[in-house]
Amino acid sequence: MNRHAAGWIIALLALVALPFVHRDPYHLHVLVLILIWSFAYTSWSIMGRFGLVSLGHGGFMGIGAYVTALLWNHLGVSPWIGIPLSMATAGVLALIVAYPCFRFRITGHYFVLVTLALSGIVLQVITATRDYTGGSLGYTPQRAQSGKGLFALQFDDKTTWYLIALAVWVAGLVIWRAIDRSMIRHAMEAISEDEDAAAAAGVNVTAEKLKITLISALMTALSGALYCQYQMFISPDTVSGIAVSLQMVFAAIVGGVYVALGPTVGAVITIVLAEVLRISFGTKAVGWDNLVYGILLVLFIIFLPKGILGSVIDRIKSPRKPSRGHEQQTVPIARR
Amino acid sequence: MQSFLDIFDIYLLEAVINGILLGGVLALLALGLNLIFGVIDVTWICYAELVMIGMYGMYYLVQVFHLPYWAAAPLVILLVALLGAALHFFVIAPLLTAPPINQLLATGGVLFILQSFATVAFGIDFRNLGIRLPVLALGEMNFSYARLLSFAAALVGMVGVYLFLTRTFTGTAIRAIAQDRQIMPLMGVDPKRIYLVTSAIGGGLAGLAACLLVLQYDVHPFVGLSFGPITFLICVLGGLGNFIGGFIAAFVFAEIISLGGLFSDLEWGYVLAFAFFIVMMFIRPAGLLARRS
Repeated sequence: MNRHAAGWIIALLALVALPFVHRDPYHLHVLVLILIWSFAYTSWSIMGRFGLVSLGHGGFMGIGAYVTALLWNHLGVSPWIGIPLSMATAGVLALIVAYPCFRFRITGHYFVLVTLALSGIVLQVITATRDYTGGSLGYTPQRAQSGKGLFALQFDDKTTWYLIALAVWVAGLVIWRAIDRSMIRHAMEAISEDEDAAAAAGVNVTAEKLKITLISALMTALSGALYCQYQMFISPDTVSGIAVSLQMVFAAIVGGVYVALGPTVGAVITIVLAEVLRISFGTKAVGWDNLVYGILLVLFIIFLPKGILGSVIDRIKSPRKPSRGHEQQTVPIARR
Repeated sequence: MQSFLDIFDIYLLEAVINGILLGGVLALLALGLNLIFGVIDVTWICYAELVMIGMYGMYYLVQVFHLPYWAAAPLVILLVALLGAALHFFVIAPLLTAPPINQLLATGGVLFILQSFATVAFGIDFRNLGIRLPVLALGEMNFSYARLLSFAAALVGMVGVYLFLTRTFTGTAIRAIAQDRQIMPLMGVDPKRIYLVTSAIGGGLAGLAACLLVLQYDVHPFVGLSFGPITFLICVLGGLGNFIGGFIAAFVFAEIISLGGLFSDLEWGYVLAFAFFIVMMFIRPAGLLARRS
């Protein structure tokens, strides 16, 4: 166990030291993107791993990004306050939609489609209020005057952003681990196997599901806000809507939903693939990355439903612990 | 004031009728999706993307190969029907015993594939058939022939599917397998063949919808996103697999979008429709026509 912890600490120190050794701005940029998206995908998987498949996370991410940027541009509220406010907005919205869903036992297909409507609403509201949000043309937070970068959470230095993104990503993994070791996980696993049985065993099904949804929505909103502050440009297509929701699901599944680093592996694969295609083919590559993603997604669901990392770990552990993940995988999520 | 009210009412009536016309095409889409859900028990998240491919088929046949519209339409319906069968054969069939959520996500992958295939193959330009149908003026109201034609053709298509399902052996077998999955193989029906036929019919309906939608809208790789989500919501609102519920829900949604668009921007029409959907999910979680158990 101690060797395990030591390994984590060494890996973390190496990651912290990286930008001071290797200063290539492009590589750092890709790494920051990977870390931010990894955090977003991790947030999705925190509920996705228990069979709560949401296509509404594009909506939460959009709220995180747009509320933060709108508060800053129109009211001059610092992102230090704006980000918690945007997270709170996403959390409230998540509760408003999720509470009746869980209360009335909307699961499986139906849950997916209700959350799909949620991300549809957020996308359409952003587009419809184009006088404030710039609509589908996108939106840029105003540049802060020099010297007020910290107040505005705007940094030109890629190293700073790398460290921020790294800290948030590590926080995401810590939350994952905390949930993994808590009662919530056992409750949620029981619920995903059989809601009635779990309820009969004394699990408060609605409350447990709400907790996990709230955590996931808050984290997703934070990832959206971070993305906005880092890129300094957001548009409805890049941070909200159904396409973004599907992208999260895709990356999480390719990496593996049932292991902590799975979503991160998914983010590394998708972003590196997109960048490689972009660099080697330029504008001709438009669309090719999604074509490859789509084919991979279908192949993964058919042949490797536990994702790359999940399958590799299973392969390593299989002699001692035969496929725990497999049992989770075959839990019938929707019962009609 | 009186004259203002008169004009207002004309616009209102026009919006209501346009809503009904829109509802016809939405009902056609919902029927295809419901058929597949009812029989095979999967949701094709990529259904609207099949329509998009069909619209490109129409564009190429009419604009590039200069076929007349009437000759191109059956070819496109056949093409999308084949695509539907292929989708079932290559993606759904291997996943028939997997959890439903995996099937849904796999078709989400197909959505990515079709969208980016269209981007790669056809580019992101907006294209149209270049056919401009005249506008029918009724009093002070204007209706485009494209919409009237679509509505009529959608109704014909739905009646055709109804007759097929009730009057033919294969149709009866499809309905039977939707009722009891286990018993039908014992009755000498091959479920694999029925599933393929159903997928082809579902694809064919998407193809028909494509022929109709391409008259009204420009086609581009992401056109599916503009009516795909609404189709799923209609099906869920009507009760997944419930044909009549889907039919009614299509018109309810079309009216909300049309009237919402009359009073404000079109986007707010969609926002209203989505919000209405979420509210309805809590009032009637199993669909509009669900019997209370």
